[in-house]
Amino acid sequence: MKIIVCVKQVPDTTEVRLDPVKGTLIREGVPSIMNPDDKAGLEAALRIKDSKGAEVTVLTMGPPQAADVLRESLAMGADEAVLVTDRAFGGADTWATSCTLAAACGRLGYDIIFTGRQAIDGDTAQVGPEMAEHLNIPNVSYAAAIESEGEHLLVKREFEDRYHEVRVQMPCLITALAELNTPRYMTPGGIFTAYREKEITTWTRADLPVEDENIGLKGSPTKVVKSFPKTVKAAGMKIERGVDESVQFIMDKLKEKYIL
Amino acid sequence: MNMNKESHGVFVFAQQVDKTITNVSYELIGKGKEIAVELDTKVSAVLVGSGIKELAQNLVEYGADRVIVIDDEELETYTVEPYTQALTAAVTAYNPEILLMGATAIGRDLAPRVAARLHTGLTADCTVLEVDKGKHELFMTRPAFGGNLMATIECPDYRPQMATVRPGVMVKRLRDKEAAGEIVLFDAGIHKNNCYVEVQKVVKHIAHKIDIQDAKILVSGGRGVGGKENFKYLYDLAEAVGGTVSGSRAAVDSGWLGKDEQVGQTGKTVRPGVYFAVGISGAIQHVAGMEESDYIIAINKDAGAPIFSVADVGIVGDMTKILPELTKAVLAEKSNKEYL
Repeated sequence: MKIIVCVKQVPDTTEVRLDPVKGTLIREGVPSIMNPDDKAGLEAALRIKDSKGAEVTVLTMGPPQAADVLRESLAMGADEAVLVTDRAFGGADTWATSCTLAAACGRLGYDIIFTGRQAIDGDTAQVGPEMAEHLNIPNVSYAAAIESEGEHLLVKREFEDRYHEVRVQMPCLITALAELNTPRYMTPGGIFTAYREKEITTWTRADLPVEDENIGLKGSPTKVVKSFPKTVKAAGMKIERGVDESVQFIMDKLKEKYIL
Repeated sequence: MNMNKESHGVFVFAQQVDKTITNVSYELIGKGKEIAVELDTKVSAVLVGSGIKELAQNLVEYGADRVIVIDDEELETYTVEPYTQALTAAVTAYNPEILLMGATAIGRDLAPRVAARLHTGLTADCTVLEVDKGKHELFMTRPAFGGNLMATIECPDYRPQMATVRPGVMVKRLRDKEAAGEIVLFDAGIHKNNCYVEVQKVVKHIAHKIDIQDAKILVSGGRGVGGKENFKYLYDLAEAVGGTVSGSRAAVDSGWLGKDEQVGQTGKTVRPGVYFAVGISGAIQHVAGMEESDYIIAINKDAGAPIFSVADVGIVGDMTKILPELTKAVLAEKSNKEYL
């Protein structure tokens, strides 16, 4: 069985702070991590490998330094790693990204593709389902549990107020929730192999059967018009007094606003 | 679908589950109507499911000029492929310029599959939608970078321009029982293929009392509450003011509250009349989910907590002392009023 896991290197957005004076993002010193949902997808793939045997390939698209998340994946137990990198792919929206990754998957061959549900820097949740559409395979999003059963996967598909138990035929694409599992740590042996022995395959524009009109900034239907730091509304009153005065203050405001 | 200047009209995917229309669908019809009026066109709801025809009138009463009903047994329980077929068939037949969908667990799965099948752009989780009347262009503003940054996106060369919007962000119109609209039955030609999956079982989570998105008053707790037992102060205040308890990610991760009670970027977006932020520091991810509340009252020991910069009223103090007194004062005020 061949499993591809799509992973993304993302800035740890919980570590991002705003410059209180300029109101701009402070990007310096923000660590890069493997996107949490993707890591759950990788762990799911590795569990299938452990129990039934599988060849697990991790795939990422990004700048050359995105190789870091591939090394981490190899150290966790992935067998192969592919970095898709080329300036021609830069500035891609979800359509162009999914076209590029789908082409890479097509070249690799697969029974299962795992992606994370969404990346913490973009939060769109779109690339997985869009890839499935390009590849003409079924997808199950928001996976909270997975079991393999012959040619099928049994997936617990989460919704807001319920879950579905879904049976899906391979080849298929699954988007993983971080709740799916607790990813394993890298092992010392794994780290040694990942950094000393394993090769990362690098593919550029020339290695993939994609059309120019479907890749990079030019192939992206959506364009960013502008981006701006969030405007914070003016702060109201802040008081620091005793309990009685604080309570009275809140009560006055609640009455003033006709809430009470 | 390449740029098609002939496209016109605003479409809203009217999500229903178990023959109940999801609230966000009404909210989007409200917004869609606003946009349609600006563009001098109509807003249509696309209602997809099985045995759901009789729900169409509700959509009209909330502002839909037309309801396109796709009623097919294959659409009984949501799965992405037949729903994608239904929606793409309607879009292909009617050629709308805009398609709006709720950013729900269904919408965030269905919208990308539909966008990819139509070859058009899709912008997720929009908080602001504006149109350029002349160019018929939709400007979609959404949070990026974990809510740290806002980005405005356009889709100039492809139609329909697609956007998802999180529940609770737009406001539904007042229901108009007298409203008239066109209801059309549409055969989408749903057919089984290799992308079908089989739903073997549907398991509903135990229903909660009140969805925090529907609450008029929220008493919300964070890490500063200090423990599950201290949440009793929040429940007491909530009961006194007729509100509901919610919390930050820290409170949910600590196991003090359930995931469906979480406010914020990875939880729910809420806009109650009053939001009490108790022991919540006010991380950007949390603020993203509650800043649209009409009136924010923050109580926190730490005078430097960022929550105070979004609060209308900020109280620096110990919530375990303030909350019980506040609850007493509220109850006293209420009983006073009853005697008047």
